[in-house]
Amino acid sequence: MEAYLDNSATTRCLESVKDVVVKTMLEDYGNPSSKHTKGVEAERYLREAREVIARSLKVNEKEIYFTSGGTESNNWALLGGAYANRRAGKHLITTAVEHAAVLMPMQFLEEQGFRITYLPVDSKGHISLRDLENAICEDTILVSMMMVNNEIGAIEPVEEAGRLIKQKNPKILFHVDAIQAYSKLRIYPKRMQIDLLSVSGHKLHGPKGTGFLYVNDKVKLKPLLYGGGQQRGMRSGTDNVPGAAGLGEAVRQAFACFAESEAHLLMLKERMIAGLEQLDQVVVHSERGTAGAPHIVSAAFPGVRSEVLLHALEERNIYVSSGSACSSNKKLPVSTVLKEIHLDQPLLESTIRFSFSRFTTAEEIDYCLETLAELLPVLRRYSRR
Amino acid sequence: MYKTLLIKYGEIAIKGKNRHLFEDALVRQIRHALKSCDGEFTVYKEQGRIFIDCGDGYDYEEAVAALQHVFGIVGICPVMQAEDQGIDVLAADAVRFLGVSYQLEHQTFKVVTRRANKRYPMESMEISAYLGEKILEAYPQLSVDVHDPEILLHVELRESGKIFLYSKVIPGPGGMPVGTNGKAMLLLSGGIDSPVAGYMICKRGVKLDATYFHAPPYTSERAKQKVIDLAKKLTPYAGPINLHVVNFTDIQLYIYEKCPHDELTIIMRRYMMRIAEHFAKETKSLALVTGESIGQVASQTMQSLAATNAVCTMPVYRPLIGFDKQEIIDVSEKIDTYETSILPYEDCCTIFVAKHPVTKPNLHIIEASEKKLSEKIDELVRTAIETTETIWVE
Repeated sequence: MEAYLDNSATTRCLESVKDVVVKTMLEDYGNPSSKHTKGVEAERYLREAREVIARSLKVNEKEIYFTSGGTESNNWALLGGAYANRRAGKHLITTAVEHAAVLMPMQFLEEQGFRITYLPVDSKGHISLRDLENAICEDTILVSMMMVNNEIGAIEPVEEAGRLIKQKNPKILFHVDAIQAYSKLRIYPKRMQIDLLSVSGHKLHGPKGTGFLYVNDKVKLKPLLYGGGQQRGMRSGTDNVPGAAGLGEAVRQAFACFAESEAHLLMLKERMIAGLEQLDQVVVHSERGTAGAPHIVSAAFPGVRSEVLLHALEERNIYVSSGSACSSNKKLPVSTVLKEIHLDQPLLESTIRFSFSRFTTAEEIDYCLETLAELLPVLRRYSRR
Repeated sequence: MYKTLLIKYGEIAIKGKNRHLFEDALVRQIRHALKSCDGEFTVYKEQGRIFIDCGDGYDYEEAVAALQHVFGIVGICPVMQAEDQGIDVLAADAVRFLGVSYQLEHQTFKVVTRRANKRYPMESMEISAYLGEKILEAYPQLSVDVHDPEILLHVELRESGKIFLYSKVIPGPGGMPVGTNGKAMLLLSGGIDSPVAGYMICKRGVKLDATYFHAPPYTSERAKQKVIDLAKKLTPYAGPINLHVVNFTDIQLYIYEKCPHDELTIIMRRYMMRIAEHFAKETKSLALVTGESIGQVASQTMQSLAATNAVCTMPVYRPLIGFDKQEIIDVSEKIDTYETSILPYEDCCTIFVAKHPVTKPNLHIIEASEKKLSEKIDELVRTAIETTETIWVE
């Protein structure tokens, strides 16, 4: 049996996504910028994908820009937002638990003379609205926060934050990193007063190298890439038709069964957490039910280093993450959010993330739990003395 | 401009009757190294020297870089070929050759002529003198020094009538051609030292095989990939390497369970040596090679080395024994293994390491501890050997 429980790292592409990618590579391979029929045909795929995505967010399709993925979307939102509004001020606000694709561009902006405030989080990983309110000043131009934390699945109070920010100063841009949230939680930028929203395609069974940035029509944003003027001059570069078409198909499929998926994911999460709590010495970081993201369970197994447990599970064809997949290769694979929620060292070193997709089955959860029950005592016996 | 490369080799020229064996091995290694380069190359021996004729369209930089990985080469001289069209054309060629090869300022120079073409109307001394004069005319800032010149221009009038001009010597890696000194088994970990040790041994003409111990789930697939990558980094010097990947987990856990914890590393290393020696014998290696250096860590003190060494019946070569860490790092940077070596994946030497391992192990005590393993260890070793995966790295 195999259990792929690392869907927050990436997901398997859907068959129907693969089909449309292949079709746009082999048959309808035109360049939308070309004037002939082949170009027009290809452009149709872009338009359709934009429509599907716009509908899922209840926004205008002109507000959707295809990118190469979450990292580009985040970089573009932050750098483009900061530079377009730098005359209004030089202060940006974000949280201490953002993904590196937000933290690193923020660091870059800091080097360029911008001021950044990093909001702390409580033990569940949530920011406080009061901190946010206190952080906003005269020259604040942008606030960026993630909707769902990639490591523990905490849900940030995005809607309340949006309201607060716009009450203080409607000109402040509000960027939301929805890479872990999109297709799992309902997101309506207009209602939530979100100006910029980043999404990645491969987290929802789309192709890698795809994603989009929602940009509120009224917002001033500088492009990141200059060139042939594609996507209304905002994001130059030959349109990635296979990528966009694949992403559109993935979105269509995800939203066609949104409610069922949500219920299924919540069921899996509850099963996982309940099972983990039966095991000896396990600390679950994620919140139960709709208080946390439906697809992420983070837990610590004190006495077993997370990487060892990860590889032991791997030998049984169970695939998980230690901390965040993207930060696992660094010298000290200790994640930011786990440190920010002030976990003790033994928990920090032994945290594993299980993340599900709508295709994950209860059997896979059970198999993982059984395997854990079997492995943990053995691994604990041989821990470093 | 350079149609030919002249290969200088030092040590092998003095090997008496075996000389042709060494030369043939060098030619073979050169051919192998040039295989991956663009262009056609003809490698041949002539009068105690090796020449490489390079076909049109070859990439000079690429070919030289490949040759700089071939042990046995002391220097690579780029050669300009000229036709015999009289001494004045030759002088013009020599002038042009120096102009292109050097940033000419106030250097001293000398012309040396070798006249194999005995039909040439001038004697070699005359030719040298004439060319020297013409060069001085063209570059008056130069001066002649026949004893210790900064620039030495070789002019070779070949039997074929062709004329070779060469001067610059690009340093080669030195050493002896791989394959002329048998084979050794390298204990390759993912660290900085062992690839350097492998490099040093191959430099003396020894072919390499390697053994790596991995311990899943305590070490990852990536750690294993890292070792394969390191072996691959050695292949431009060593040629293809047969890498044995031994699953060491059960042996390690068993030692951990039965033996005093502070002796774990020493006992573990003794078993690694035993297993490596098994494969060494099986594949006709003549020695084991490790990256140990005295005192670097607890398992590399004089006492620890002796305790580890005691299980081996074959010679164990430790080419880094007197190196400081920085000296080892310098070589690893030179051979481009450093970046790979420092990737942070746990190797099986570090996972269960004690806070205070013994630094002066007593052989009798270690042997006594190993007796506690007698029940299962032979079977575990046998299983480890039987389940070893062999990877051909080239």
